[in-house]
Amino acid sequence: MTRDVLPHLRESATFDRAVIHEIQRAAETGIYDIRGWGAKRRVPHFDDLLFLGASMSRYPLEGYREKCATNVVLGTRYAKKPIEISTPITIAGMSFGALSAQAKEALGRGASIVGTSTTTGDGGMTPEEREHSKILVYQYLPSRYGMNPDDLRKADAIEVVLGQGAKPGGGGMLLGQKITERVAKMRTLPVGVDQRSACRHPDWTGPDDLAIKIEELREITDWEKPIYVKIGATRTYYDVKLAVKAGADVVVLDGMQGGTAATQEVFIEHVGIPILAAIPQAVQALQEMNVHRNGVQLIVSGGIRTGADVAKALALGADAVAIGTAALIALGCNHPRWDAEYRKLGSAAGFYDDYHLGQDPAGISTQDPELAKRLDPVVGGRRIANYLRVLTMEAQIIARACGKSHLLNLEPEDLVALTVEAAAMARVPLAGTNWIPGES
Amino acid sequence: MMKFDLASHSVRELNQLLHEQARQLTEREWLVLNPGGAHSIACGIDQELSVTIDGHCGYYCAGMNKKAHVTIRGNAGVGVAENMMSGVVRVLGDASQSAGATAHGGLLVIEGNASARCGIAMKGIDIVVKGSVGHMSAFMGQAGRLVVCGDAGDALGDSLYEVRIYVRGKVRSLGADCIEKPMREEHLKELRELLARADVDADPRDFRRYGSARQLYNFKVDNAAAY
Repeated sequence: MTRDVLPHLRESATFDRAVIHEIQRAAETGIYDIRGWGAKRRVPHFDDLLFLGASMSRYPLEGYREKCATNVVLGTRYAKKPIEISTPITIAGMSFGALSAQAKEALGRGASIVGTSTTTGDGGMTPEEREHSKILVYQYLPSRYGMNPDDLRKADAIEVVLGQGAKPGGGGMLLGQKITERVAKMRTLPVGVDQRSACRHPDWTGPDDLAIKIEELREITDWEKPIYVKIGATRTYYDVKLAVKAGADVVVLDGMQGGTAATQEVFIEHVGIPILAAIPQAVQALQEMNVHRNGVQLIVSGGIRTGADVAKALALGADAVAIGTAALIALGCNHPRWDAEYRKLGSAAGFYDDYHLGQDPAGISTQDPELAKRLDPVVGGRRIANYLRVLTMEAQIIARACGKSHLLNLEPEDLVALTVEAAAMARVPLAGTNWIPGES
Repeated sequence: MMKFDLASHSVRELNQLLHEQARQLTEREWLVLNPGGAHSIACGIDQELSVTIDGHCGYYCAGMNKKAHVTIRGNAGVGVAENMMSGVVRVLGDASQSAGATAHGGLLVIEGNASARCGIAMKGIDIVVKGSVGHMSAFMGQAGRLVVCGDAGDALGDSLYEVRIYVRGKVRSLGADCIEKPMREEHLKELRELLARADVDADPRDFRRYGSARQLYNFKVDNAAAY
């Protein structure tokens, strides 16, 4: 707007208004910026890939008459009771504490309607969450808040969390505003304390120890539960190999666009790599260990928004995806109906990311009972189910167009890239060429 | 008494039998022979059993224990009684790192010494160490009591929440936000009871008490150097 009115003004590309604001904010407060959400900077992403639909050399499938299956089985390597999900789209780990009980219940209801899984977070398992999630993955985090063997046995799978895409190498954070009596009790913390949980597990270090830890978890649960290992995308090739060597049934890979409830802005935007760059590394590691689509499943997350994103992730070699931020948006996060209230908080609909403050007008990232009441878990559950169905159908549309009778039949050969960067990262040809940078 | 020989059977078989006792109790007294330093022995028990392990154990012995009394006639590897909920675990020898890590309840007695990070992130357990403990013990300890009859290594109680620490010997250094606190009558009484439960003959008046200064509970930029 300013440039439209005063066209002679030139904004610095290096010191733009956002940068100027941040420098001045830092100077005034003496503290780094904390926020929720994931990386907001533009990075190579699924938008930079396109599918090559079938034509002469490939047969497409009929849209409404020929089946394109979507079911996926997770945990087939060692677990006595693998999980079968009806759609390869799962709900990522998000804690009660970061989210309201209503939000957690809504996620569980929605996922259960469509036959997929939800995941606990840093703070343990609530009875509501277990009740409303037919398939529940129980996170095993460095903090071990609320960790107990009863919940471990109630879970359908266990996810050992080493990191997340928004902050690989960082621990959990939940500021005092959200440490209510119930949250504090579940985490054995004083009410109102700024909870900054550990970034490393307290009783193991390194892949050899992780193997022993996984064995212990299997022993405690009589080898029934699939064991996931979740990593933030950084040195993905090596981390995936080590996770598999340590005995993971499922590797969960979270890219830098993956969300967080509260982390330093500098961490979110400057640590980790995009999911687009990470998936091929993970797939290469799995293929070299002969476990890709052969015993160890790969779940990827970090910026999944549409069925096209789902299809592209699967085509690159993932077995399933997880959604977090998109699920919250589906529940009503950043909805225009709350714009006036977002503005009172110094934000606006479409920009709100202060999940850490616990003042979410949509009643999702809050522990305020009055705000939380705004989210009806039944209505929220239906919204989640609708959204998951749309993602699934969109992915099926693309898969059928590529001639695939199962979403997992999508493959890198179905993809091309729009940019050299995306071609290099995704290891698919630049559109209109046979050129894969670095490979040919 | 059920005798189970790990020289001829697997840890998996042992743990399966122990877990089945939660569903149908057939034997309260268990003697585990030839543990040979194996990992995950007797983890995940959920029954009032008495389990004696005749030798050294590897990682995570009696992990996530509920209700059982487990005695290790030897040394224990990393994470003995990790995340214990209730019951008693007694190590007659020394314990490696992270003994009693994140445990919510019960009593862990280590008759020898405990290595680094004893009681790390403890959440309600009581730990009594007859000997000394290594560095970073009770790191980020949230609740419970840690009693050290010998000395404590560097950075005792670093980033402590509400754990109460009693040490009879020397403390090499205190961690961030951990301070010495006055030993009042209620603490002497509490310590006396703990020592009695652990069957340790020591005079509570010889101990000093340490706890959180609670200065780091909420982030203040003035404390940045402490992190």
